[in-house]
Amino acid sequence: MAKTKTIYEKSNGLSDAHLSYCPGCTHGIIHKLVAECLVELDVLDRTIGISSVGCSALNYDFFSCDMQQAAHGRAPAVATGIKRVKPDSIVFTYQGDGDLASIGIAEAIHAAHRGENVTIVFVNNAIYGMTGGQMAPTTLIGQKTTTSPDGREEAHSGLPLKISEMMATIPGATYIERVSVHNPKHVIKAKKALKKAFEIQKNKQGFTLIEFISTCPVNWGMKPKDAVDWAVDNMIPYYPLGVFKDKTNEEAN
Amino acid sequence: MAKVLMKGNEAMALAAIKAGADAFYGYPITPQNELPEYMSKHMKEHGRVFLQSESEVAAINMIYGAAGAGARVITSSSSPGIALKQEGISYMAGAELPAVIVNVMRGGPGLGGIQPSQGDYKQITRGGGNGDYYLYSLAPESLQEAVDLIKESFDIADYFRNPVMIAVDGLIGQMMEPVDFELETPKWDLPKKTWATDGNQKGRDKNIINSLYLDPNDLEKHDLKLKKKYDEMKRDHQRYELINMDKADIAIVAFGSTARVCRTSIQLLEEEGINCGMIRPITIYPFPSKAFDEIPKSVKDLLVVEMNTGQMIDDVKIVNEGKLPIHFYGRSGGIVPEAEEIVEKVKEIMGGE
Ligand SMILES: Cc1ncc(C[n+]2csc(CCOP(=O)(O)OP(=O)(O)O)c2C)c(N)n1
Ligand code: SF4
Repeated sequence: MAKTKTIYEKSNGLSDAHLSYCPGCTHGIIHKLVAECLVELDVLDRTIGISSVGCSALNYDFFSCDMQQAAHGRAPAVATGIKRVKPDSIVFTYQGDGDLASIGIAEAIHAAHRGENVTIVFVNNAIYGMTGGQMAPTTLIGQKTTTSPDGREEAHSGLPLKISEMMATIPGATYIERVSVHNPKHVIKAKKALKKAFEIQKNKQGFTLIEFISTCPVNWGMKPKDAVDWAVDNMIPYYPLGVFKDKTNEEAN
Repeated sequence: MAKVLMKGNEAMALAAIKAGADAFYGYPITPQNELPEYMSKHMKEHGRVFLQSESEVAAINMIYGAAGAGARVITSSSSPGIALKQEGISYMAGAELPAVIVNVMRGGPGLGGIQPSQGDYKQITRGGGNGDYYLYSLAPESLQEAVDLIKESFDIADYFRNPVMIAVDGLIGQMMEPVDFELETPKWDLPKKTWATDGNQKGRDKNIINSLYLDPNDLEKHDLKLKKKYDEMKRDHQRYELINMDKADIAIVAFGSTARVCRTSIQLLEEEGINCGMIRPITIYPFPSKAFDEIPKSVKDLLVVEMNTGQMIDDVKIVNEGKLPIHFYGRSGGIVPEAEEIVEKVKEIMGGE
């Protein structure tokens, strides 16, 4: 019998449910990273994840840990409620940019402000995916969406909101980093950032948010490869990658 | 135990602590502030959670999260704050999460006023948020009754896996009255919360707290499952008190503080030889339709008295089914009716003077 060797396996942190994402959408990669981090930190069976409202609304079925589904934008409040009564659990929210940067900005800011010991997985694809491609606070200037058909204009809609930079100004926040998953090198970097965030939470060191530059090939009207290139060429220059706040480091200094 | 003299809002807070509340999340608003203030001091002493949220929207979602994690949770607010909480309340009913929500009502609409009101009757009894759901809603008339009902309401919420609303007005929140906290209240038979996402998944399958059902057939099934609970509430758990109804010629229908004022009116009328009774709904959802089956033949008129411009009267019309003439007396804006005003109204109806 031929010898077989497993060189790649789906993480135990993911269930067997069929993912609902469009082909080429980077939500899937981000799910894999969340799942792997929880397994590697050996916290899966004490983790409670919170699905938000957006394309990832159904991911209570995709992760294999306990999950709660939250109202649009309210995931950080739900996370707060859980974590305060279950301080030894690991709690994360998974939120899109419509969910977090628009309708849920107050809940996100105040969770950070209180220094809630939770992790926000923030997926910035510069658009409302689920509802068919409307403009988000993160939509780039000139970017065409179904509610900015001529491209976003500053005079009408202001400049795109830089969430990581903004959250980094909140005194209560512990760790804020923006990452991208457009190539394997960055996927590995992104995982490191996410793992650090979960480790900080595990050590009860406070609020962490990792912003992922993500794609929405369907609503951007692009092929998956073009979407990845567009993210690199247009999003990353405006939303630079990097660590915006690291209190664990400040404390060490 | 001896009775303790306490302010309504504080008494309700202590009742929740005695009932084993694990967490309180809320946002300041008059006239209920003494409740969270009391909680901020005393929940900590008991090793429980108190947190002032950034808004009522956040508060109710914190309640959602903690309830989903299996904790006994309570929040309180007043009318405009309860309006903001409706989204979360609807999600909780949909996700079948228990919680106790205290509404110390003030006048509306909009910012309204800060004086006592019963203007949220419809907001409370019609669900309030989106979709097909209801809250088991209790409307005590005194501090003792408020305390007893709050103690029991955590069990009721757990039993139905549905939020319970305690509907009081600013009068009950602000008044001082002696209360006995040790009175025995009914204990409900409660199964373990095996559904909770409690952060301890060892030895069980994952749990999910959710109100999303994209398949219409699944959602209809879910809605019908919820309806069964509301049907059970209506069938087996209506609460009301009949006062002086035996020989009554006219019956008042009133709840909460208003009912209390009407008790005095009934006495004053009795002194004048007029037999006036009262149906006092204790549950405003389910509306106590059974009380109306017990109305004696002697009663010729119904008088609905409310601290609003006429909301419960619609429920009275539904259960009365056109049998008796229905009259209304209401004060709004934060004005509590005087017993004498109601006496006058009764006499006017009965054709006296
Ligand atoms: C209160 C409320 N308002 C609006 C909606 C409709 N809605 C569903 S998803 C969504 C936008 C989600 O966009 P985003 O957070 O960017 O996530 P994505 O779908 O792009 O992953 C909106 C507006 C809703 N479900 N609830
Ligand atoms: S609509 Fe966009 S964000 Fe949503 S799954 Fe499809 S590609 Fe991904």
